[in-house]
Amino acid sequence: MNNPILYLIILILLTVSFIKDRAKTKKALLKAWKSFTNILPEVLSIMIFVGILLAILSPETISQLIGTQSGLLGVITALLVGSITLIPSFITFPLAATLLKAGAGYAQVAAFVSTLMSVGLITLPVEIKYFNKRTAILRNGFSFIVAILFTIVVWQVMN
Amino acid sequence: MKMLLKYKYSIVWIIIMIGLYFFNNNLGHKAYRITVSNIKEMLLFLPAIFILVGLLDVWVPKETIIKLMGEQSGIKGFVIVLLLATVAAGPLYVAFPIATMLLKKGARLAHILFFLGAWTSTKLPIALYEIASLGLKFTLLHIAISIPAFLLIAFIIEKIVPKDSLNMIHEK
Repeated sequence: MNNPILYLIILILLTVSFIKDRAKTKKALLKAWKSFTNILPEVLSIMIFVGILLAILSPETISQLIGTQSGLLGVITALLVGSITLIPSFITFPLAATLLKAGAGYAQVAAFVSTLMSVGLITLPVEIKYFNKRTAILRNGFSFIVAILFTIVVWQVMN
Repeated sequence: MKMLLKYKYSIVWIIIMIGLYFFNNNLGHKAYRITVSNIKEMLLFLPAIFILVGLLDVWVPKETIIKLMGEQSGIKGFVIVLLLATVAAGPLYVAFPIATMLLKKGARLAHILFFLGAWTSTKLPIALYEIASLGLKFTLLHIAISIPAFLLIAFIIEKIVPKDSLNMIHEK
């Protein structure tokens, strides 16, 4: 779903809601605003941190780390880099395809992509704020194990 | 002052970014560009999601959520959250406020944890992108391994963490 469609849906829903019940709609918007401003400090600091991190850890650097013939060390690096960073998916996949072309194996790419999508050390403070420390750490820890499992399977099946 | 305190980490990172710029103009400028584009993406996404969550919060009654994904919803509940995650869009942190809203309205913790797991692997727009970049076999393996694994994890974490210990903030 891209943004124009998302906003069109929201606009239609808001209009219908407003026609049906003005007070409820106002309450919904107030809740939305409170949730947004509540989480903004964390999200903003994550964005700036990721900006600095990705400037240093450029796609070229990443492909050097997990590129050609990087083997097990490349897999481990990919798991770690993927777990720490947060890259929008519209960058992740072209980057992953580039990594494959640059000579990385499917296993390294699997490790990178799966941890990028499910493990987020950078977003951990936000996750703790929404749930709690235990749940957030458990979810990330287990997701990391699933990523390793997926990497092993890809390594066996696709390399 | 309270405002400054709330944004203290952002301020620290901005100072570090300026430091990086003086250390290496190129890197600093690059960091700035990436940050701005990430913030733009976030600003396009988050407000929409929060409005959606707000509307669902005021319009969908608790009973409906309990029926759809509460303690008694069983397999049907897991199918519903899987479908919900599949049509979703956006990075994982977008799923957190949706998840806590559903929890507050009586969804079962295992269902919501599975929802988060599915969000990280089966989202349709992302899966299509994944197929295009890395191939069908890769993507199918990813989904085939993730779904059962996340289902198992959801039950394990539910056993370990009591639901009432969760913060479940989303508007405080």
